[in-house]
Amino acid sequence: MNIITAKDLNLYYGSFQALKNITMDISAQNITAFIGPSGCGKSTFIRTLNRMNDLIPDVRITGDVTFLGENIYDKSVDATLLRKRVGMVFQAPNPFPMSIYDNIAYGPRIYGTKKRILLDEIVEKSLRDAAIWDEAKDRLKKSALSLSGGQQQRLCIARALAMQPEVLLMDEPTSALDPISTTKIEELVMELKKKYSIVIVTHNMQQAARISDYTAFFLLGELLENNNTNAIFSNPKDKRTEDYITGRFG
Amino acid sequence: MREKVKLKTTNSKNAKTGNNNDVGIISQKLPFKRRFHGYIMKGFIFFCVAFAVSLILFLIGYIFYRGLPHVTFSMLTSTPSLLRGTVGILPNLLYTVYIIFTTLIISLPIGIGAAVYLNEYATNRRLVRIIEFTIETLAGIPSIIYGLVGFLIFVRMMGGATILSGSMTLSILVLPTVVRTTQEALKTVPISYREGSVALGATKWYSIRTIILPSSLDGIVSGVILAIGRMVAESAALLFTAGAGHALITNYFAALQTGGRPLTVALYFYATEPGQWGDVSSTDVAFAIAAVLIIIVLVLNFLTKLLKRKLKKI
Repeated sequence: MNIITAKDLNLYYGSFQALKNITMDISAQNITAFIGPSGCGKSTFIRTLNRMNDLIPDVRITGDVTFLGENIYDKSVDATLLRKRVGMVFQAPNPFPMSIYDNIAYGPRIYGTKKRILLDEIVEKSLRDAAIWDEAKDRLKKSALSLSGGQQQRLCIARALAMQPEVLLMDEPTSALDPISTTKIEELVMELKKKYSIVIVTHNMQQAARISDYTAFFLLGELLENNNTNAIFSNPKDKRTEDYITGRFG
Repeated sequence: MREKVKLKTTNSKNAKTGNNNDVGIISQKLPFKRRFHGYIMKGFIFFCVAFAVSLILFLIGYIFYRGLPHVTFSMLTSTPSLLRGTVGILPNLLYTVYIIFTTLIISLPIGIGAAVYLNEYATNRRLVRIIEFTIETLAGIPSIIYGLVGFLIFVRMMGGATILSGSMTLSILVLPTVVRTTQEALKTVPISYREGSVALGATKWYSIRTIILPSSLDGIVSGVILAIGRMVAESAALLFTAGAGHALITNYFAALQTGGRPLTVALYFYATEPGQWGDVSSTDVAFAIAAVLIIIVLVLNFLTKLLKRKLKKI
């Protein structure tokens, strides 16, 4: 089953076209990896999936992105409700300057969850799901900024999970982390795919090969190849995909 | 051994170019002319700093020397009365406080609101630049002009110079300070906070209210204190607009509708109208008010630094 479908998607920053005619399906309850060299449009594309590009001035988009059959760029769609269901984790961990507890409770509070017991439950569940409960449970009232980089990133994942999204978008979530933290996040992501559909942008091809079910290769704003991960890495159809994954250019 | 050889070659090079000192390339002394030039400039800059600092110290020292002896408990707590021979500045102090309070009530919502709009909402870059340019210009206008405009608009509107018309005039005067400092404070909030909040399904206003404003609070607060400093120190804009009464009015709302001299305006009147109040002259009172004003401004400056450090820790 496809949870997100993009059709003939073009995106322009001013007069520069950053995405060219992207058409692709993103499968539910799987991990889809976007790979490609810097500037290829993979981060831009992932940000069209929850309309984060709305924050950037002078962005123009044509084409459709449908989430569970609804066109998310339709005028009647409320982007905040979309983002509640399509969560996002960013490249650099970005916990808010407040306590660990308040970071997780931030999302539920937006939508009016105020009861302490309910929030306690959500906070614990989210932190457990993001595999950071054991490290955080004794310091929930401490500032989230006191955590290490890897812990902060898992906190950000927990914060996204607290909204119980259907899709989790991850924009190079491990590129600012050390190898041990990276391994932890990768294990976590593989665990999370049981419940969530995950899209992950990565610079690291081993990472894509290790954890993803499907891989999409982008180059200069175009989607060159999109297939299941084994096929992409063992038998790429496009010569340029092969050149990239064998490290001939980056 | 090798080093020696190297040194020799550099020395012989130096000899050719005329720089024959017996040391290495960077440990050799600069030629006298360049060293001399450095000493002269250093001396000149030192003199400039010493001059500026001693001028300020002299000014503050002289005002304290002339004013502080007259800053007595009775002066701070009584009203001017020829019958009793007292010359208290309590009404003026109160008027200054009323004006600060009223001006803050008017200028903070408008100023912070404008800064939030310019930084967070406005998408038309050109419009923002025009507005920012206008604000910069407003900040540079001589304050007597604000006084004139306030007199023509607010005083007429109120049917007389009152604390309220003075505060309205002052609100326009401090608006640029509030807007600019708030904007600077908002700019220090990392973009990742905004993204993180919006990505969780928060609306723009919710992100501003819960993340962006709280995390720029230290900058906003120090901007507000800066603005209070300007209000305390302002005289020209209030001369025509705040009135000239010096009766003690403890009811804030009654005071809004009557005219009153704040400290700076009172200073002006005491300094220009000679008079004798018991054993203190008007000039003595003027210096006493000056000393009080300087103390207030110093305390405010100190408070800014303290609050900035305190709020930053969170």
